[in-house]
Amino acid sequence: MARVVVDVMLKPEILDPQGQAVANALPRLGVNDVTSVRIGRRIEIEFAGEPDLDRAREIADKLLANPVIEDFALHLDATGTVKPASDSQESEPAEAPA
Amino acid sequence: MSARVGVVTFPGSLDDGDASRAVRIAGGDAVGLWHADADLHGVDAVILPGGFSYGDYLRGGAIARFAPVMQAIADAVRDGLPVLGICNGFQILCEAHILPGALIRNQHMHFRARDQRLRIEAVQPVWTNAFNDSQEVVIPIKHGEGRYVADERTLDELEANGQVIARYVGGNPNGAQRDIAAVSNAAGNVVGIMPHPEHAVDALTGPSTDGLSFFTSMLKFLAGRPASEASAAGGPA
Repeated sequence: MARVVVDVMLKPEILDPQGQAVANALPRLGVNDVTSVRIGRRIEIEFAGEPDLDRAREIADKLLANPVIEDFALHLDATGTVKPASDSQESEPAEAPA
Repeated sequence: MSARVGVVTFPGSLDDGDASRAVRIAGGDAVGLWHADADLHGVDAVILPGGFSYGDYLRGGAIARFAPVMQAIADAVRDGLPVLGICNGFQILCEAHILPGALIRNQHMHFRARDQRLRIEAVQPVWTNAFNDSQEVVIPIKHGEGRYVADERTLDELEANGQVIARYVGGNPNGAQRDIAAVSNAAGNVVGIMPHPEHAVDALTGPSTDGLSFFTSMLKFLAGRPASEASAAGGPA
């Protein structure tokens, strides 16, 4: 089943306290060379037939992201298969984001 | 006949009971509205109560915005229907783009529940006519995602048009830009407020009775309208 991946991020000018809290915790792991952490959301959409990027874009614009505070980018998942949850290795997104 | 004020219940609404009670204490008839029912049953005003509609999944208000009742409300808002969104109701109105801006996670990441001092910044005809100019009130807050944000141009417009309805004083509880606690749409018939006026209507259960004035303001506004406009009011200028 082909799927479309939507990445939603807070706009750069919007403060991300969640990311800041994570960044502030990193020194406790002994990590001191990280200057910024920002947290977003990854959404995977599967269509019944051929994946429809335009439709996915509409879904992202109307529901998945709030354009007042968030930007989104979407791409086709080139692997075309649903990876098991235990697979932590990310595949490289092949398609350019919108 | 007292005005009929709809109070919407979404799955996950918490404060619909208190909002209905506040309407009754103020002298109105509270009418329960159901999220899946697109019919507003001829109510004269609507309150979107606090809570966690649809579990706040995705973003607070993001899914509630598409409930059938919200489409009916969006249409009626254009005809001047008075609408007050409280806390999650405010988030829903922003998600629906009925109000400008958005409400995001509190800057300090903590949930805040406390009695909060506010200054009423705009005495406007629909929702704040029973307040005095710059009146300070005490109304409870309880939220984790109440930080009001909008771009600078929008904020400047809100200030210039008198759409900043209330500001936090004595400490900003969530990092809201310009200490904004409540805003209205350009027409003034829709107000979103992060604090909970419905929890401050009765000395037994609230820190004050200051919140009652939002409800009495709206009832006074409805009573002052010509009867012919009963369910299709022209919005205030």
